[in-house]
Amino acid sequence: MTDFSRLQTALRNNLQGRTTDIRVRRGNELHFQIVRGDAQRLAEFLRADFGAELILMVANDRRSDKGVLEVHYLFGNDREDWFAHATRNLPPDDRTIDSLATFYFPASRFEREIKDLFGIEATGHPDRRPLVRHAFWPEVYFPLLKDAVPPQKFEDDGTSFPFKPVSGEGVYEIPVGPVHAGIIEPGHFRFSVVGETVIDLKIRLYFAHKGTEKLFEGRSPADGVELAERISGDTTTSHSLAYCQAVESLAGCTVPARARYLRVILLEMERLYNHIADFGMICNDTGFAVAHSHCFRIRERLLRLNKRLTGNRLLRGGIILGGVGHDLPADLDLATELDAIIADFNEIVEISLSNTMLTDRLEGAGRLDTKTAKDLGVLGYVARASNIDVDARRDHPFAAYPALKFAVPVFTSGDVRARTMARVQEARISAQIIKQALMAIPAGPIVAPLGTLPAWEPAFGLVEGWRGTIIHWVMADESGNLYRVKVRDPSFMNWPALSFAMLKNIVPDFPLCNKSFNQTYSGNDL
Amino acid sequence: MVITGYVLEIAQVILALLLAPGLAGFVRWLKARLQNRRGAPPWQPYFELRKLFGKEVVMSNNASWLFRIAPYIIFASTITVTLLVPMIVAPLALDGMGDLLMVVYLLLLGTFFLALAGLDPGTAFGGMGASREMTVAAIAEPTIALAIFGLALSAGSTNLGRIVTQELANTAVTLSPGHILAFVALFIVTLAETGRLPVDNPATHLELTMIHEAMILEYSGRYLALIEWASWLKLTIFFTLLSNLFVPWGIATTFDPAALAVAVIALIVKLAVLGGIIAVVETRVAKLRLFRVPELLGASFVLALLAVTSSFVLK
Repeated sequence: MTDFSRLQTALRNNLQGRTTDIRVRRGNELHFQIVRGDAQRLAEFLRADFGAELILMVANDRRSDKGVLEVHYLFGNDREDWFAHATRNLPPDDRTIDSLATFYFPASRFEREIKDLFGIEATGHPDRRPLVRHAFWPEVYFPLLKDAVPPQKFEDDGTSFPFKPVSGEGVYEIPVGPVHAGIIEPGHFRFSVVGETVIDLKIRLYFAHKGTEKLFEGRSPADGVELAERISGDTTTSHSLAYCQAVESLAGCTVPARARYLRVILLEMERLYNHIADFGMICNDTGFAVAHSHCFRIRERLLRLNKRLTGNRLLRGGIILGGVGHDLPADLDLATELDAIIADFNEIVEISLSNTMLTDRLEGAGRLDTKTAKDLGVLGYVARASNIDVDARRDHPFAAYPALKFAVPVFTSGDVRARTMARVQEARISAQIIKQALMAIPAGPIVAPLGTLPAWEPAFGLVEGWRGTIIHWVMADESGNLYRVKVRDPSFMNWPALSFAMLKNIVPDFPLCNKSFNQTYSGNDL
Repeated sequence: MVITGYVLEIAQVILALLLAPGLAGFVRWLKARLQNRRGAPPWQPYFELRKLFGKEVVMSNNASWLFRIAPYIIFASTITVTLLVPMIVAPLALDGMGDLLMVVYLLLLGTFFLALAGLDPGTAFGGMGASREMTVAAIAEPTIALAIFGLALSAGSTNLGRIVTQELANTAVTLSPGHILAFVALFIVTLAETGRLPVDNPATHLELTMIHEAMILEYSGRYLALIEWASWLKLTIFFTLLSNLFVPWGIATTFDPAALAVAVIALIVKLAVLGGIIAVVETRVAKLRLFRVPELLGASFVLALLAVTSSFVLK
């Protein structure tokens, strides 16, 4: 139970008693209603006096039952495990909120997203360009409103996206994508360069918009799991776990201890195979293909272990509401397998990093300094490589993490090498965590009944996925089905940082920098 | 006798054309094996050629006549070079037609048209590749000339056929410091000129890092086949220069069929050995940062310069 008395006093003093409906939920969440004009003041004193920053903004169409649109602001503290959840009701005839864009950069992106999906305008927003909406999507079509009717035809309106022009003597533009030569997802990158030096990089995403959040609506909670698993193919466990934790938190369901340990094992298996594959791919982008093929060999080994653990190579079906789908197979000695895998991986890392031609490419490339990283609110290994010590496994412990001991490696240089080494270290730590969990895992049931979901209550779940902190925010309707699900992949926060990391780097180093970030398109575009 | 000489020239061109895809395929296959992969069979490039020649050509609307003729010029200029390089027999019947300078400029002609063709359709990648290729070529081409000058000085002729015959007559010269330095210089340039690691990565799909591949991204069908074939031929030519100019043994000095058969086998063995060396080098190194490439090529230029100086002093 977190003591919210200081925060409640601050709310009273700063917002002159305009906050209403203040209640503590689940021990560490303070929920309250705010009114127009208070969001900025709230964000200011939460940052200054409580070290809490905006981590999520969710809009929700409640006109059918409550007659309003809602905008929720979720604030979290990096070090202490508590959250402030502020809600603002918008009357249907005044769909505007006050912009926090100039106060905190991620807010500007949340607000643009909300504008495109709900038609809620952020007044005072400096960037009026669409974020999610593309040219073939009518300007008045807001898909996440409950009464939105999809247009008969989606047609390109012929207008080009107003990229910020960059000009000067010798400056030229290299547009890349959204269709690429490799088997990667779509994204448009526009480089402004002088010679080979990048002076500006604009990234336009959302070509992979699939309406994921809309697809959640109306599903039964159990049906939401398979959708959450598919938000981003390589992040199956992390997304489904965040979703399940949000729903379980809403239902007040306690997950059995054995299932909590199994969840840790699955989550770390996912981190392990992705980090090892990433190390290989980073090496491959420097032309050192040997490391790549060997890392993919190890990845294959891990995927086969995944198949034995969950029946699926990408761990689908591993996490279910109230627990996990499969118990540990009796004939599998996971600890020994992992020892062998890590020994194998260590050898490849040693061979690769003793190659000075390779390390020369990594060092100093794509440097993201701590100040910029903080301003952009980056997460995961991108943050930890730039000297920001965040990890939801430690800061907002979930599953069985409170009972496990593990280090969070942090690096200062913020370059490709730091992001590469972050993965190497985290992969090794993941294996240790799994071994610890295997030692400590108690006997017992692996799933508990979920219970019913209370209607119209917000709840959320945080998970440190392999890319960073994932948040799922859920609300159910009276029938117990999903009314609104908001997903925030860390990529949403990290993508803009890539533009800053590329400044003053040369064009041929972009693929390497990009690989060192390795953000998801699908999880961002939703 | 004169007729036989010309027939042999033709035979040499055909041999080079036949061997080139196999050599490229062999290097690829060996690299795959060294990387713990199974890899495509060494004869895969032959299938690729057949496939590309059978495909229709898709052209950008912005492409001009230059884009159409460039593949022919590139292919023709590369074939002409094979007439002047002693592959299986020295001296060559067409030795009088051109010497080492001719070889260098014919290769440069191909590079020049490839760069123009890269610029022609007006895409960002083509221009990027062309500008990088020119940066590399500007340092690499003089180095080729200079490295071979090192040999020419001791042979007393810039004629490649004569250089080989002189070396066979006086084998001690092949181990002179000038020759060894020139070999190293030419080897580095070979990596750059044929688009191998650590200068360019022939296996990458990343458009932004490409040099050679970026220029030919717009090509398809038979045009692409000609350009690919020419670039494999170029690899064969450089390997032949490296092997026959520095290790001339095995090459036929008469038109005796037995000697010619030995020469063909010796050539294949030499190409295979060099292919093996390239595959190992490519597996061991990473790609250099683009701005480091001139440093590497600068070093090879200096080596070539030292080769010439030492050949001159020790003459």
